[in-house]
Amino acid sequence: MLWILTMKELQDGLRNRWIAAGIIVLGILALVLSVLGSAPTGSVRVSELDISVISLASLSVYLIPLIALMLSFDAMVGELERGTMMLLLTYPVTRWQVIMGKFMGHVLILFIAILVGYGGAAVAMVLFTGSGTEGWQAYAVMMASSLMLGSVFIALGYLVSVLVKERATAAGAAIGLWLVFVVFYDLLLFGALMMDTGQVIGQQLFSILMLVSPTDSYRIFNLSLFEGVSEAAGIAGVASEAGLSAPLLISAMMLWVIVPLVATLLVFQRREL
Amino acid sequence: MTNSNIANHNIISLNRVSKHYGGEAVVSDVDINIQPGECVVLVGPNGAGKTTLMKLMLGLTRPTAGKVRVLGADPAYGTALEQHKTLGYLPESVAFYEAMNGREVLAFYARLKGVSNRQCDYLLDMVGLADAARRRVGGYSKGMRQRLGLAQAMLGNPQLLFLDEPTSGLDPGLRHQFYQIIDSLHKDGATSVISSHALNEVEARASRIIIMKAGVMIASGTLDELFLQAALPVRLEVSVIPGEAASVAERLGSGINIGEVNHSTVKLSCFNGDKMPMIRRIVELGELVNDLKIMPPRLDEVYDHFMNGGLS
Repeated sequence: MLWILTMKELQDGLRNRWIAAGIIVLGILALVLSVLGSAPTGSVRVSELDISVISLASLSVYLIPLIALMLSFDAMVGELERGTMMLLLTYPVTRWQVIMGKFMGHVLILFIAILVGYGGAAVAMVLFTGSGTEGWQAYAVMMASSLMLGSVFIALGYLVSVLVKERATAAGAAIGLWLVFVVFYDLLLFGALMMDTGQVIGQQLFSILMLVSPTDSYRIFNLSLFEGVSEAAGIAGVASEAGLSAPLLISAMMLWVIVPLVATLLVFQRREL
Repeated sequence: MTNSNIANHNIISLNRVSKHYGGEAVVSDVDINIQPGECVVLVGPNGAGKTTLMKLMLGLTRPTAGKVRVLGADPAYGTALEQHKTLGYLPESVAFYEAMNGREVLAFYARLKGVSNRQCDYLLDMVGLADAARRRVGGYSKGMRQRLGLAQAMLGNPQLLFLDEPTSGLDPGLRHQFYQIIDSLHKDGATSVISSHALNEVEARASRIIIMKAGVMIASGTLDELFLQAALPVRLEVSVIPGEAASVAERLGSGINIGEVNHSTVKLSCFNGDKMPMIRRIVELGELVNDLKIMPPRLDEVYDHFMNGGLS
């Protein structure tokens, strides 16, 4: 039953060219960054894929949440507003299945876009620029964690979508969500750190503040997991000193997926059509 | 669950059900029990609570007060999920996924019900959408959407049908066809709840008519029962030998309601209970009477009675 709903969402993604657009945007981004990024490495012994991980992870933080929110903000409110949800719920599906089916479908769409977009760019880099396959693990993990980051914002998009009454409101709220999580949080944190000079915000609070933000978790995870990457990024050892281990960062992001999804379900269960 | 098992039970029961939206009562204190095989028709003006009643039965909304049971379970909590396979619903002004074509929409719903693709093609053909099956639903006319809605509701030969204004937007030919389908489902023992404005269309197949007004059930019963409850007069039209109308009216005219009298006809009305004595008196006039027409109250008069005079 879940699979039927998932496949429908996936077909919608193919039909309205979401998948194609995602692949193109992510693929071009990765290629452009790799071309730009390969210039300054010069004689330093750093693999090109490692460099790509740094630049791509930094840009994915902005782009992936945006794509995820655009996919998801309409998911609930759109069907509720048009009236297709009413008919759907008279079929032998539970409300939980409706949400999970959509979620799996949207994650699958993002998965294809990331796999083909980023993956294709990596293959092109290896084939045409003569860069080695060194650092492919870091690149693969970056792709997987990008999917995770996207899942977080798909789930958040659903929560927005189920809470509002109109599609326009959902679109606005999604933009707000993106600004808060992707732009303002880091900006405020950065400002606070500058002014604070280590008096109030100690190591521990800083770690917590990083864990609380899914985008920062994603960034630190990618820049610190592999030695080649963290050295090239110039932050070797920072994450481990801050006590931010990979499992901890992943768990934090997992929570960002699960909590909004469960909240969406609870709101939806009470919703009367 | 076999038919004999549920034969004595209500397939749907509403027990003192009320529904308020933002403090306003949309449905007030409604009791309805529906037995398997019934065809219950809900009539009433817009805003009478017909759609809300259906949504309550479908578990799309929960009652503010009272109990709803469908197939022995509370529909609002998903416990009747398996039963949803044998349920068909056509909402008022049905909406579909606009980007899909008609075939895809129907196939999607068929998969959810575990129905074969063969039936999709059969149903598309039946509602006359076979040629439009590969076109986007977004480009469908109102009538085509309604037909797709019907096809969707018929998936899996449902045993319990909820049809909200099913024939709106359908041309007369398709309307007729639609009722034939409903009739054949009823022959197989299906139960249906139909809401309608078009009383004359549904009267023939309604096993029971429920009249709603402002959320209140103001009348319920078979067509005959409603006629009796309304106590509307029966009209008689007597054709007499030309020129004798006035004298006939006089001879009949003790304590009865004479309407129009002209050269050769006398129109009069009486209550149902007085009908037979009146007819005998007319027959006793012998050769003076050429013809006699008896006109029972029409359904729309009954409806008008309950809508406008029912509460006075």
